[in-house]
Amino acid sequence: MEFLSYFGGVFEPVSLMLLIGGTIGGLILGATPGLSPTMAVALLIPFTFHLQPTQGLILLGAAYTSTVAGGAVSAILLKIPGAPANIATALDGNEMAKRGEGARALQLSFLSSGVGGVIGVLLLIFLTPVLAKWALQFGPSHLFWIAILGVTVIGSLDSKSFVKGLLSGCIGLWLSQIGYDEIQGTERFIFTDALTGGIHIIPALIGLFAIPQVLDMLAKGRNPQTIASLDVPKYSFLDSVREMIGSIRALSIGTTIGSIIGLIPGVGGQIAGLVAYDQARKFSPDRNKFGTGHSEGVIAAESANNAMVGPSLVPLLTLSIPGSPTAAVLLGGLLIHGIFPGSDIFQKHPEVVWTFINSMLIGQILMVIFGIYTAAWAAKIAKAPMPVMAAGVLVLALFGSYSVQQSMGDVHIMLALGVGMFVLQKFGFSAAPLVLGLILGPIAGDYFTNGSMIAAAQDGPWVYFFTGPLNIILIALVIASIVYSFWSNMLQGSGKTEATGEAAQ
Amino acid sequence: MTQSRLQHLIPGALILLLAAVVTWLSFTQQPAESFLFPRVISIAFIGLAIWNFARAALGLARVGGGISPQIAMNILPGLVIMFVYVFWAAKALGFYTASIIAFFAVYSLYDPVPFSSVKDWIKRAMVTAAFMAVIYGLFFMLLQVQTPRGMFF
Repeated sequence: MEFLSYFGGVFEPVSLMLLIGGTIGGLILGATPGLSPTMAVALLIPFTFHLQPTQGLILLGAAYTSTVAGGAVSAILLKIPGAPANIATALDGNEMAKRGEGARALQLSFLSSGVGGVIGVLLLIFLTPVLAKWALQFGPSHLFWIAILGVTVIGSLDSKSFVKGLLSGCIGLWLSQIGYDEIQGTERFIFTDALTGGIHIIPALIGLFAIPQVLDMLAKGRNPQTIASLDVPKYSFLDSVREMIGSIRALSIGTTIGSIIGLIPGVGGQIAGLVAYDQARKFSPDRNKFGTGHSEGVIAAESANNAMVGPSLVPLLTLSIPGSPTAAVLLGGLLIHGIFPGSDIFQKHPEVVWTFINSMLIGQILMVIFGIYTAAWAAKIAKAPMPVMAAGVLVLALFGSYSVQQSMGDVHIMLALGVGMFVLQKFGFSAAPLVLGLILGPIAGDYFTNGSMIAAAQDGPWVYFFTGPLNIILIALVIASIVYSFWSNMLQGSGKTEATGEAAQ
Repeated sequence: MTQSRLQHLIPGALILLLAAVVTWLSFTQQPAESFLFPRVISIAFIGLAIWNFARAALGLARVGGGISPQIAMNILPGLVIMFVYVFWAAKALGFYTASIIAFFAVYSLYDPVPFSSVKDWIKRAMVTAAFMAVIYGLFFMLLQVQTPRGMFF
């Protein structure tokens, strides 16, 4: 119950203000089609650079939580999921809104998000220290394999093509090696002066997530399409609470599936929402009503995608393996504040980590309150014209990447990586494994170097890196993640995979 | 050769070339100790790049729709604005001036509303001014980020 002693930090004026601001901002960004939660968190990281670590993480945690929930607003009112995690929500939520039950759908969506989110964060609170204690047994060789596992899992699971996913991870690992090698005092892969200091994680994150989205918006050209929003007549909040309690089966299924999927590195909210929706339908006596505006569909999908948030941070905080692409960006946020996730994180930074986790718990409650009262307003902002959003994100990307080190080189790297990522994405490559390679590369490199030194003094690198039960288990997991992805690609057929992936976009 | 296969073959070849350069540099640069980990990465990198290229050459690479001429034409003006903005204007004209021009240019070029309406030009100018006021307040006044001033501000 150590976490209880750190609740005070959340209620400090600046922290509380950031929590509320991050929650409202996240709800609006989440509700805006075309702005993904991952990009929203990436754009926020430069602001945290000017804050205390705890405050910065509170802001990022609030944004992470509320962008996922905010995506339900546009899914319900506009039938455009704000994020891939809200695809399942749109199926029944929009049908309800068409019947004039938009307010009911929104209230159920935020209430179930809140319940799922709180249970997810409680899992984070109770599971993380246990896993962290277990991780204390790890030496450099194990930590090296864990970093590699992080890249292969995300590379395998977050991509439509596993070869391209792993290639993205390799490109990220290579990019992380550019710059000055501090141990040997030599330069590596420096082709231009802008690369002398290596690739800083923040401009890279902004470039890799924001610029491809700007270009995706511009790719639609001068599109005169208008988004039709539905009216939201008022609905009794207490009736929504009663209805949610009455739908305990859908809520339990969503929360359980979301929590389990969150713990699996790399899977993310999209899968959580869709799997929970599917299972809630199978177990429901009213399964034929699903897809026609059935409230259980909204409850299952939204409780699942928010229940995933907390558990996705368990492997992140203890093993440096993010549970979702947004968690990978959050890992970047932790690293720039000098917080290295691992077995000793609760010994070295208890105040920062527990205050951050507690803020996520409070953030879930705030998200329900603000979500319900700002949903209609957020939907109006979500209809901001595409060119305004594209231009706004471009300018924010420039200022955000410059503000970190006051370096034009960072801005140039940001744009070059962003345009390169846009091209790669069009050919089936994914940003998440590349980012993870970039973030985990230095960690894996350091453990590899340390391990090599220990190995030289002992039985050699082969014995040190490839023998011992933990090494073998981790290598088996690396291979299993690759084989599983290869097998599922073969099973589904690339055509079907592509279609599913594009629908998810 | 189909257009789809050619579309995948070109990036496949470029990535293979990059992987080859990385591998060559990793194994030839000194001191060797500094390039131990890059060597490990480069082996996986070139192996996967060969696999990816072979799939593209055999017409098996189907994931990703590529860049159609329509998409290329649509993004081209925006891309030109981005590059001029980031590589020249931001430093030469000053961050805020360049940002006002870039925001207004992207907004105007991609706004589906006809260019003939004076009312819409005023609307675009006002949205640009409002957005830049927020950026100024956030970065200059709140975070106190010192940006290149260039010729203007």
